[in-house]
Amino acid sequence: MTDASTAKDRVVESEWGGGRSPLNVSWNKLMMWLFLISDALTFGGLLGGYAMLRMASPPGSWPNQSEVFTISLVAVMTFILICSSVSMVKALSAIRHGNRSGLRNFLALTILGGLAFLGMQAYEWTKLITEGMSLRGNPWGAAAFGPTFFTTTGFHGLHVTGGVILLSIVLIKGLRGRYSVERNEGVELVGLYWHFVDLVWILIFTFLYLL
Amino acid sequence: MTDTQKETHREPRYMLVWLWLLILTVLELVAVYLRLPRGIFVTVLVILALMKAALVAAYFMHLRFERLTLVFIALAPLIFGVILLVGLMPDSLWRIVH
Repeated sequence: MTDASTAKDRVVESEWGGGRSPLNVSWNKLMMWLFLISDALTFGGLLGGYAMLRMASPPGSWPNQSEVFTISLVAVMTFILICSSVSMVKALSAIRHGNRSGLRNFLALTILGGLAFLGMQAYEWTKLITEGMSLRGNPWGAAAFGPTFFTTTGFHGLHVTGGVILLSIVLIKGLRGRYSVERNEGVELVGLYWHFVDLVWILIFTFLYLL
Repeated sequence: MTDTQKETHREPRYMLVWLWLLILTVLELVAVYLRLPRGIFVTVLVILALMKAALVAAYFMHLRFERLTLVFIALAPLIFGVILLVGLMPDSLWRIVH
């Protein structure tokens, strides 16, 4: 049996592999995860601030969300985003099996879901703003209601917009045949970002709209 | 030099995960409709939300099949979030009193 292991092979196979890092993911994937974690902390700050300001408001002064928001619409938005996460994961699965048209179709569906979500969010925002809700006040109760809502959902909406742009870039690259069974990390990474955006929305939906 | 780390596990049943996410969302809306006492309502919704988040993280973001260290790294913001909330409590209570 020939000893084919070079020094590099031994390094790669060691516990702190260097070649595949101790976490067994590529550098690209690890960096995306670290970015997502930093983003999670940012959203955590926004949600923490919301919690603090709401708890600090005089008891009973916080507007009744089911009267102010169209909860049915927001529930549909949540559903759409969840579905878009499924189409995203199916897109990755497709290209991992070499299915280029599957990648294209499922990515397109994901983008459509994101656009639908943004459209509905814009509609809800417009309705609230015309009813007098702003960063400075609102006609229903505590002054902190407006700024906490708009900054948190606005920051999230910005993430969805960025995600739609990223997904479009990946779709264009996919149409140009840049991805294959072996080379599809870009799809995986944009998927991680998109699932993160969905995950944050799940929390925002619960804490800002329902609770 | 090819990447030899292939998917050695069966692909998760994504539609099953989707179904559970749908069920949990409906349960959240039912909880709102039931007008439960505040304490129970908050607890139920937080648990349901965390379950949904865990499903997305585990199966869509693939954490179920990654090294445990990466899972812990990903969970770190949750711990910091709790610390943040606990740390802000005195400020909230002060604001109510004053």
